[in-house]
Amino acid sequence: MISAAKLDRLKAAFPAISHSEFRLQVRVVVPVEQVHQLLRFAKEQLGFDMLADVTCVDYLHYRGARDRYGLVYVLTNTQTNERLIVRTFVNDPEPTVPTVVDLWEAANWLEREVWDLFGIRFAGHPDLRRIVLPPEFTAHPLRKDYPLQGRGERHNFPVITRSEG
Amino acid sequence: MAIVELPDNVVVTKLDALVSWCRKNSLWPMPFATACCGIELMATGASRHDVARFGAEVFRFSPRQCDLMIVAGRVVMKMLPVLQRIWLQMLDPKWCISMGACASTGGVFDTYSVVQGIDRFIPVDMYVPGCPPRPEQLLQAIIDLQAKIQAEGTIRGKEFLAPSRQQPKPALQP
Repeated sequence: MISAAKLDRLKAAFPAISHSEFRLQVRVVVPVEQVHQLLRFAKEQLGFDMLADVTCVDYLHYRGARDRYGLVYVLTNTQTNERLIVRTFVNDPEPTVPTVVDLWEAANWLEREVWDLFGIRFAGHPDLRRIVLPPEFTAHPLRKDYPLQGRGERHNFPVITRSEG
Repeated sequence: MAIVELPDNVVVTKLDALVSWCRKNSLWPMPFATACCGIELMATGASRHDVARFGAEVFRFSPRQCDLMIVAGRVVMKMLPVLQRIWLQMLDPKWCISMGACASTGGVFDTYSVVQGIDRFIPVDMYVPGCPPRPEQLLQAIIDLQAKIQAEGTIRGKEFLAPSRQQPKPALQP
């Protein structure tokens, strides 16, 4: 977990954040306007040199949730083995967060995956294309309002019969 | 008409039957293994179960050299165009075994991304149930496919034609 001194520095620099702790994992929630600043601060001042993961949670129909999408950034300090989880919330329509490719190159494909499956736009991303699903796919299937069995994508192929093939 | 005496080492048969006998005993499988069924497929090819006993040991990874496609594992919607292209690249006569629950029906993966049975999009000759099937079951499918080839195979591949282009079978005389 992150040291108390570093957490105090983070809270002093960003008074708007809230933080919580669960099983030695520290999580801070930051408004979306400050998320890029905070991540830059964590990288340059607190030594979090590795972006372990970027992912997303859809809180549609979630009990007590006020915002739709929760972005999750998992940071690692490879010198001290500290971890920090940064969260921010965005909403429909056009959920958008600033990209962090300028801070960590690893964010390129991670953000493309979040765009592919959740439809979160990353403003300033150099190459925001689908990465997992085929390019002609039109939906973002990990959203909670997307039906599990899809909208016919798995049936939309030509049929090859014995006499044709 | 003169009656010709045949020596003991000459057999008279139909050419179709002879060609089918050759084909069924030298199937060259194309292993389209995408999941855990592929492990059982490898076990089938290995020494303990030894698919070579049935003449089907020459696994080739080039579809141009194969005549038996064994689809082992789930096929996702992104993979299905690849499967169809490989099937079209294989030369006639060719057969297809759908191995395991996922290839045959989608199995437990009833989701947007998994094709619910490859027989919706390519022809299938044999289905092997199981999750994954044991090598004995795959061997049984190969044996059954051999019986099918022997029973219906023709030298020109007439059994593969569309029903409208097949010649009607002569009605049996009472």
